[in-house]
Amino acid sequence: MAANELLRMENISKTFPGVKALDKVHFSLNSGEIHALIGENGAGKSTLIKILTGAYQMDPGGEIFISGKKVEINNPQDSKLNQIGVVYQDVMVAPHLSLGENFFLGKLPKKNGLVDWNLIYSKTTEILSMVDINIDPKTRVKDLPVAIQEMVSIAKIIYDKANIVIFDEPTALLTNEETDRLFEIIKDLKDRGCGIIYISHRLDEIFQICDKVTVLKDGQYIDTVSISEIDENKLVSMMVGRELVDMYNIEHNVSDEIVLDVKNLSSKGKFSDINFTLYKGEVLGFYGLVGSGRTEIMRVLFGADKCDNGEIFVNEKASSCKHPKDAMKKGFAFLTEDRKAQGLAMNLPVDFNVNMASLNLISKAGVLNPKTEQARSNHYCDQLKIVTPSIFQTVKNLSGGNQQKVVISKWLASKSEIFIFDEPTVGVDVGAKREIYLIIEDLIKNGASVILISSYLPEVMGLSDRIVVMYEGKISGIVNRNEFDVDGSMNENLLVSLASGIDTRIAEKRN
Amino acid sequence: MKKNRAVTNTRISTDILLLIIYVIMCLIIFALTIITSGQNKFLTPNNITNVIRQTSINGVIAIGMTVVVITGGIDLSVGSVVGLSGVLVAKFMAQSNMGILPAILVAALVSTLIGVLNGIIIFDGKVPAFIATLGMMTAVRGLIMLVTSARMVSGLPRAFTDFAQATFLGLPALFYIWLIIMLVTAFILKYTTFGRHLYAIGSNIESARLSGINVRLTTYGAYIYCSFLCAIAGIMMASRLGNGVPTGGQGYETDAIASAVIGGASLSGAEGTVLGTVIGALIMQTFRNGGNLLRINPHLMEIVIGLLIIGAVLIDKRTKK
Repeated sequence: MAANELLRMENISKTFPGVKALDKVHFSLNSGEIHALIGENGAGKSTLIKILTGAYQMDPGGEIFISGKKVEINNPQDSKLNQIGVVYQDVMVAPHLSLGENFFLGKLPKKNGLVDWNLIYSKTTEILSMVDINIDPKTRVKDLPVAIQEMVSIAKIIYDKANIVIFDEPTALLTNEETDRLFEIIKDLKDRGCGIIYISHRLDEIFQICDKVTVLKDGQYIDTVSISEIDENKLVSMMVGRELVDMYNIEHNVSDEIVLDVKNLSSKGKFSDINFTLYKGEVLGFYGLVGSGRTEIMRVLFGADKCDNGEIFVNEKASSCKHPKDAMKKGFAFLTEDRKAQGLAMNLPVDFNVNMASLNLISKAGVLNPKTEQARSNHYCDQLKIVTPSIFQTVKNLSGGNQQKVVISKWLASKSEIFIFDEPTVGVDVGAKREIYLIIEDLIKNGASVILISSYLPEVMGLSDRIVVMYEGKISGIVNRNEFDVDGSMNENLLVSLASGIDTRIAEKRN
Repeated sequence: MKKNRAVTNTRISTDILLLIIYVIMCLIIFALTIITSGQNKFLTPNNITNVIRQTSINGVIAIGMTVVVITGGIDLSVGSVVGLSGVLVAKFMAQSNMGILPAILVAALVSTLIGVLNGIIIFDGKVPAFIATLGMMTAVRGLIMLVTSARMVSGLPRAFTDFAQATFLGLPALFYIWLIIMLVTAFILKYTTFGRHLYAIGSNIESARLSGINVRLTTYGAYIYCSFLCAIAGIMMASRLGNGVPTGGQGYETDAIASAVIGGASLSGAEGTVLGTVIGALIMQTFRNGGNLLRINPHLMEIVIGLLIIGAVLIDKRTKK
């Protein structure tokens, strides 16, 4: 162990119902080091960080050492006591309170039993000056721009004398200048002897400021290397890894009949100039970073959001959907990424959820027959192999994979033809993933078409006939299968470079 | 999955549990009346009829409240709508020379419009249901005072006031109205798309919207149905009191919410049944009746009922985890 080792995590595992999110991962951090933690979505980065910050508790058997001493982190307070600080994208706890109150939340200084506002405000001003920020500490946090909020939370961490500072996608919402400013502050922290854990999807940033990088994949530790010893391609292949091609092997069924044609779709601040077509029986992949506008486009197609301009043709008929029920009539099905908040009625039974979107199909003058509902639920539970003690089980008690199958059942039951899958396998274990892919195969065999949003390269490359790659709200390229699938070996570099904006062809186009 | 126990429809078993609790409660009150007075005053046909008659009006309102609570909303204006419809039906009959049936229809229609307003303010105006209906409660009560000059409306036809006193097969006529509303509402909740949509938006409004459910119409429907039931309750009350009483229905919202909650409805939505609420309403009324027979100080009884409401929710939270 190095003499200046600040943090060592050993044998960290974390099991969620049905999913092993982390499997005997280890990680170490030295003082004066900026250490990147990378991996695909679902690789286990956030889980590892949440264990470190006390938001989750690890499975028994793991150990955490801070400066060589073994510690227990059971809650966020423990984490703070061990001088661990985190900068999240959405930073402050209480947006309606002033900057000063946020700084001292939970430990407001008192004078004669009353809150000492003078001390709070003078102290806050002093702390803010450490990161060169000059703002009235009485300002409400929600009235500040995100970049300033982020700086403020860094200032707070410095003030709390954190030794281990975690940045979780800190630049996601920042402009270039703000990012540069942030990097200066991070380097300053490094010079003060802090250890920094830096999580980002943007590989260029990692090469810009990090010293070391640890790669996770599917909850497993892959390797830790010095940044100087590695290049981007190598890093990507470590993240993506070699995949069992079989897992994604499905039968393709593209016809030349266009079912969906999107022209010049734009929505201010979200995406612009979106043009693409979807063929009957096709699996059209959408790849890009989180926040590149993929989901936003789908919400417009589905009538859940409005767009500024553009045209949508379904089966050659112009269609504008003002409400999801219009889109459903045209055959759209939207399997949202956030199943819990947008796809399911979590505290109601399987039976209810399966039928929720299609009650009109099985009712006469608004009157239902519960027997029909139950028969349909049983049918889909059998067909999709949904593991549940009964169709009356509450959905929140099912595993992620089975919940996803319930959502799929809901849309199968409503006779959809264009299925939009948004990150269908997030939080789903490997076995259930394969089953979901087989369901997709079945769908296209029966003449449906599929749009597949995925941030997981092996998945999107393995399943798609074509892939639309997005970067910052624009389509940076539409790649045919024969371009990324060369004689059975996957060429992910083209997709990654298109998605991270480092492809030169795109840069020219944008200028 | 891990849990292998047979999961049947858990709601029904909760309602059966409630029913058992209710029966036990009745037996205890029965035993206590025997011990303290030496005679059966509780389980007499007269007293049972009395309890049922007293519960009928509140029971109808509580069912309306349940429908709204299932959507995750709340309707504090129920008491005022009851008052409005009671006063209107009395005015139409006594002062406008309308026939009984037309008076009932017009009063019900006008009062139901309050539900339309509630629905629009809550869904389209995005005003929290608590605030919207709180405002409506005050405004409608003001309207009642305005149209009656805060005076009782008397001179109702005998045929109308006799109804509340009438019995059929030994049970009060008012009970049959309550019974019909129970059956119709239970049917709506279980066997219609509208009923299912109520639960869906109560469970997760965004999932419901993205499942193509018309959240606007369903929300309107819930508040309109609730006001409609309150309008009926108001007419029942006018018949029972024999007058249009401007303060009628005041404070009824608390009883309605309490009945629904004791009956297992959750104010966060998607939980609640007609049977549960009916038992909830009966528990409240029987409790008061028992206290009365046992000569317990009524103020003390109110304290106990208050604690009962809190206790019901506490137990519910514990058992459901």
